[in-house]
Amino acid sequence: MDAEAKTPPAVETHTMMGNEAIARGAWESGVRVAVAYPGTPSTEILENVAKYPQEDIEAQWATNEKVALDVAIGASFAGERAFVAMKHVGLNVALDSLMSQTYIGVNGGLVLAVCDDPGIHSSQNEQDTRLLAELAMVPVLEPGDAQEALDFIRNAFEISERFDTPVIVRSTTRLSHTRSVVRVSERLPASAIGFRENPGKNVMIPAHARARHPLLLERKTALLEYCAGSPLNHWEEGTADYGIITAGISYSYVKEVAPEAHVLKLGITWPVGSEKLRAFCASVKRILVVEELEPVIEQAVRDLGFEVEGKSLFSRVGEFSPRSVRDGLVKAGLLAAQSVSGGMATKPLIRPPVLCSGCPHTSSYMALRAVDARVCGDIGCYTLAVVEPLKAIDVCVAMGSSIGMAVGMSKAGTEKKPIVATIGDSTFLHAGIPPLIDAVYNNADITVMILDNHTTAMTGGQDHAGTGVTLRGEKTARVNFEELVRSIGVQWVRQIDSYNLASMYQTLREAVEYKGVSVLISDRPCVLDPVKIRGEAFLVESESCVACQSCMNLGCPALAWTDEVYDGHHKVGIDPAQCMGCSLCAQICPSNAIQLANLQ
Amino acid sequence: MNRRVPLKADTPAASSAPERPTNVLIVGVGGQGVIMVSKVLASLCQELGYQVKQSEVHGMAKRGGAVFSHVRFGHTVYSPTILEGDADVLVALEWAEGLRWLPYLNQDSGTFIADTQHIVPPFACRNRIRGADSGYSRETVHEVMESVANSFALDALQIATELGVPKAANTVLLGTLSTALEFPVDAWKGVISKFVPPKTVEANTRAFEAGHEWALTFDRETRLKEWQEHTARFSAEIARSDVAVTSTLEITEAWCKGCDICVKFCPERCLAMDERQIAVLTDPDRCTGCRICEWLCPDLAIAVHTPASPVEA
Ligand SMILES: Cc1ncc(C[n+]2csc(CCOP(=O)(O)OP(=O)(O)O)c2C)c(N)n1
Ligand code: SF4
Ligand code: SF4
Repeated sequence: MDAEAKTPPAVETHTMMGNEAIARGAWESGVRVAVAYPGTPSTEILENVAKYPQEDIEAQWATNEKVALDVAIGASFAGERAFVAMKHVGLNVALDSLMSQTYIGVNGGLVLAVCDDPGIHSSQNEQDTRLLAELAMVPVLEPGDAQEALDFIRNAFEISERFDTPVIVRSTTRLSHTRSVVRVSERLPASAIGFRENPGKNVMIPAHARARHPLLLERKTALLEYCAGSPLNHWEEGTADYGIITAGISYSYVKEVAPEAHVLKLGITWPVGSEKLRAFCASVKRILVVEELEPVIEQAVRDLGFEVEGKSLFSRVGEFSPRSVRDGLVKAGLLAAQSVSGGMATKPLIRPPVLCSGCPHTSSYMALRAVDARVCGDIGCYTLAVVEPLKAIDVCVAMGSSIGMAVGMSKAGTEKKPIVATIGDSTFLHAGIPPLIDAVYNNADITVMILDNHTTAMTGGQDHAGTGVTLRGEKTARVNFEELVRSIGVQWVRQIDSYNLASMYQTLREAVEYKGVSVLISDRPCVLDPVKIRGEAFLVESESCVACQSCMNLGCPALAWTDEVYDGHHKVGIDPAQCMGCSLCAQICPSNAIQLANLQ
Repeated sequence: MNRRVPLKADTPAASSAPERPTNVLIVGVGGQGVIMVSKVLASLCQELGYQVKQSEVHGMAKRGGAVFSHVRFGHTVYSPTILEGDADVLVALEWAEGLRWLPYLNQDSGTFIADTQHIVPPFACRNRIRGADSGYSRETVHEVMESVANSFALDALQIATELGVPKAANTVLLGTLSTALEFPVDAWKGVISKFVPPKTVEANTRAFEAGHEWALTFDRETRLKEWQEHTARFSAEIARSDVAVTSTLEITEAWCKGCDICVKFCPERCLAMDERQIAVLTDPDRCTGCRICEWLCPDLAIAVHTPASPVEA
């Protein structure tokens, strides 16, 4: 059995969320520059880094994940430790840079915290970062709780500098958002080694790259040797005759339901295949692998020539839970089936997330329904307009895809309806500008609605270049969307107040009639983030309500049926605690039944 | 109330018999403060020397979706989440959310604390057919209290409002929760005072005490009777649900001048202008017979015919 994984001498303890611990780890590691683009479940990492003094650490939002990684790479070239955080799909955006940087290696240590989302709590897919890491041949460290999250970041920087490689620390939603007690320590001094001129290593032209590729293979071998002795890969003796190889949060489920098993907890999940793994496999009668998503460890064990069970017992899709791990062990015949006593059976209420009451996105989608548009959606709060009653989005793929898709639809020439792309302000800056240039350049007949709610709302209200405020809350230059769009060459541009429903309907009608690229900027701050904006509440005068349900088409959660009935239909009431006073329902009501509450 | 007395980390018993951690599941709707409630409990546990894990998922949950937070504490805690059927206490800030998570409650010894508050999602008001009712959960408080042995259903908002602090409904629930876990009352109050705005410490302390007191004086028999009466009223309300009554639309083409008013105002979006600029019903299945078109047509070209609805009949 190993000695306990080494943690620096305890100074004090705090209760921290996984993401806070990762941030603390970056600060303790002496990182000089930390960058991210927000994305659930990774967002809180940089928000927490920004709580440490600027003299220690630069913390900033980047325009997108590729820019974030490039900024970090620059800081690493400059000889300082650099850190970047993103969600799993963010790594797709940054991958181009990573694929070359892995040939180059690092000067100052370079660590990427990438947060996967098994179970797709708040994402567009559940890809497994370890597969991309394998492609890039960069090591992956997988912490299992908040303490490890902190410690592994420190370890990651050591590995990065020792093996001349970028390192990925992979978290998952569950780890990122679980709080537990963490021992913290002091910050290491920044390295200050400065830039090192070495074109053969730093400039990836074909001749240099050809020479660097074999070094990646050597690096992998060296890393495997390191894995064999590293306490990050932790062997725990059990009493049973079977052994479980696991990593990350799955370890806690294994310990919960099968305390008797021999366990090899891998802290390093790429590369896998060290002597320690071989010894573990040889020491047990039966080998099981419990890992969320792809069978990365399982395949590596099989490659070593052992018989192993993994995805045949534990699902390849979705998030694990103590229950699913136990079910897998029951299926394997290793645990006795336990009946979960039934209890009261209820039919769960369908309660999908919805746009907030007073959400400024609502009117855009009401108008899109009215002009019967074919809508290419994008990613943000406004994606919630896909469900009833707004139900106004036809397609949604990835950040920034809306405009390019609209161009393609218009060029396909089959669509009778007006083609409209809807994209949030943060998403437009992230990946919407190149496709808008493309639309103008190729003279597409589309309308683009920029839904400018002055924030990155979906991820909790982060600033961006269009808000004119930095991550540290300081004022900075602010992108003017209207000027930006005009400078691209768009002739038809209008900016309107999202709360003016009549003008929204009218302007959108004009926009879709325009031949060529028209851009409509729907402008109103988000009512929830970063600050709550609450106007005076409205109410429904019940005696005037004809129960026509027009207002219910908004999908505002403050509106619900009352017990009163008119002509066989439920009348509507407003929950004053939820109403934000946007007035949209009052503008829609054909019988003028909705009034400001305090006029009563 | 069944009290769960977890072992302290440093007691000799804890080291000899690794006791199963205590599991508390806190659920509700985005924006209600589920995470705040669970943070209070988690930091209380930490202050009292337990190992504690608190787990939730941020993101979509905020936008009015279902929110849940697992709190586990004890001598050693591995999994951050609770096994189905293993929650010692289930605290629901909203009624239907409590029902959703009932399968997680330990059926033999678990305690269910639920706010009877209903938050009806827009989605539940989708079936607009004449006579239809909302899709909100139908299980009545009486039914649930009868089938779950240790159940406590309270109107926390009402209690908080009576105290003049409607915002402290969650603190009332914390007061009730405090009677299910054997922690010193003063420790609870101390932690709560750290989490609420300084000016509201006094009000929240009163709310906590009210929730605590409510549970201590809880008399199951009386409550069951009260809820039975409530249920009787409730069943009358739902009796009329799901009776579909279809309407028919009569459009006098000769009178339609193509002004488009009915098409723009139809809440079901089931009218359109045809190539002659005359209104047509494009989707008869969607028409609920709300009569907006009939009322708004300036030329009286539309009439809605509806058989008497069973509600009024
Ligand atoms: C590549 C990638 N990075 C990050 C995210 C996380 N994410 C989802 S929506 C969103 C931005 C939403 O901001 P905005 O477009 O302004 O719309 P809003 O939510 O404010 O309505 C982000 C960053 C993602 N899904 N994919
Ligand atoms: S957070 Fe803001 S943008 Fe998102 S749904 Fe709510 S109001 Fe709309
Ligand atoms: S004014 Fe109407 S639409 Fe706006 S938040 Fe209030 S109830 Fe909802």
